[in-house]
Amino acid sequence: MTTQTLTPPVATRTRRRRITGARVMHTYTWLIILWLVLPIFVMILFGFNNPKGRFNQTWQGFTFKWYKDVFAIHELTSALWLSLVIAVVSSLIAGAIGTGIGYALGRYQFRGSGTLNLLLFATMASPELVMGASLLSLFVSLNSGLGAPTIVIGHVLFSISFVTTVVRARVITLDRSIEEAAADLGANGWTTFWKVTFPIILPAVFSGVMLAFALSIDDFVVTNFISGNATTFPLYIWGATRVGLPPQVNVMGTLIFAAGILIAVISNLRSRSKAKRD
Amino acid sequence: MNRVKRTLAPYLLVLPGGLWLLLFFIVPMAAMVSLSLQQGDVINGYRFTGHWQTYVDAITDYRVQLIRSLVYGLIATIILIVMAFPMAYWIAFHGGKRKSTYLFLILLPFFVSFVLRTISWRQLLTDDGVLLHPLKEAGLLSSGFHILGTPSAVIFGLVYNSLPFMVLPIYVALERIDPRVLEAARDLYAKPPTVFSRVVLPLALPGVFAGVLMTFVPASADYVNSQVLGSSSTTMIGQVIQAQYLANSNYPMASALSFMLMAVLLVGVFAYARALGTEDVMNAAAR
Repeated sequence: MTTQTLTPPVATRTRRRRITGARVMHTYTWLIILWLVLPIFVMILFGFNNPKGRFNQTWQGFTFKWYKDVFAIHELTSALWLSLVIAVVSSLIAGAIGTGIGYALGRYQFRGSGTLNLLLFATMASPELVMGASLLSLFVSLNSGLGAPTIVIGHVLFSISFVTTVVRARVITLDRSIEEAAADLGANGWTTFWKVTFPIILPAVFSGVMLAFALSIDDFVVTNFISGNATTFPLYIWGATRVGLPPQVNVMGTLIFAAGILIAVISNLRSRSKAKRD
Repeated sequence: MNRVKRTLAPYLLVLPGGLWLLLFFIVPMAAMVSLSLQQGDVINGYRFTGHWQTYVDAITDYRVQLIRSLVYGLIATIILIVMAFPMAYWIAFHGGKRKSTYLFLILLPFFVSFVLRTISWRQLLTDDGVLLHPLKEAGLLSSGFHILGTPSAVIFGLVYNSLPFMVLPIYVALERIDPRVLEAARDLYAKPPTVFSRVVLPLALPGVFAGVLMTFVPASADYVNSQVLGSSSTTMIGQVIQAQYLANSNYPMASALSFMLMAVLLVGVFAYARALGTEDVMNAAAR
């Protein structure tokens, strides 16, 4: 208050200018967020559309029937099922081997860690297209078949670096004195790891696995190269666009969206209530 | 014994993942390079002949698409920086308690399949769709106006799909700025534009660099946006590679093209990362 009475013109002017600047940016932020979610609205809305022909493009009336018949298209249902199976398998594999690397990089200094870091960075930085293309080159050269196993190989590959980064960040911030306390109380290395260290890094492992799952279930580019005749959910959508996308795709997209948000909100609330308890 | 165990531990932990990276990242790259120097066809098989002419053909036939992809990627990246900065700035400095809510909203599109989102945009941007039709009716746009099939539509899609990857690293960099540093600048009589250009901007640059890495490479190598939103005049190199591998089974040409694309992009990326340190970039990427 006192500064304002002392130098009123300057203070009010700069103050007003700062507020309008922030207000413009506030409005801008919300406009961009609206822009980001606009296609999601469209997807949800057209799951309730009642189109006359094959193309679900223009709004023609409200219906729930696609929710009732969500599993009516056999190929679509099996594509979704395959995507889920691949996501579960590849996220678990990536979680296990990525945690190994993340833990080693966070805890130990060892020869070759620099090369490993560089390699992980390269997998993160190289375009998915090249990853898919080079894997296909390998499978073509080996004359091996393509299918669900090759898709899993690709998905684990692009997930490892993400799991590793999340786990390593957690291991680095780990309080070593807790482990020392366990050792002082007579626990051997093995017991200390499974009873003390692992529970502490488990949330990071879990979020790494979730991240890998999300990357896998949505992947199109790598999968398209190495799928052979196997069809995942994104591949089905891609193939169906030419002949008209059935509204069931919108329904499944909406359900996946809802499930993803639910999981994110629940895990957020749980970690928040845990932080409060601690 | 214990000492041996301890020195072996990191290698045992790294072994499965390291093998995976070796077998399915390094070896495939080598296979790709080797395939690009082979000759033959699908039926009779391929033989290594060191036929580097494929690279010459690749450059003469597809340099237009390659350059176009890099140009689209570059334009999209510049637009992304300009679009993302104010947003990241506002969330970092004015987001208050709702910071994580805003970040969550920015990440919402990731809960919907990338292909599905892009198809939704095609639905929104069609010539007689919900966005263009009313504007044409009102006479604000000529009836012949269209967006789909143009370079603008492809770049629009690239920007849309990459925006979160630009906002987040910039946000992380800005969020780390100690408010006392800004206070000190103001105490030393720096005007707001000076505080921004001399203090905020330099501290935000690592975030911008990380954002550029995470958006330029995928955008340049993308083929979904140009396929869904573009036309034959916007063909990007990714589409060519995809068609050569999957439709024409011209593996040597396809391998040569993807190796060239990777070489161009990775040389840039590593030059970039060397100057900045890879760990910062990876940490920013994981957030």
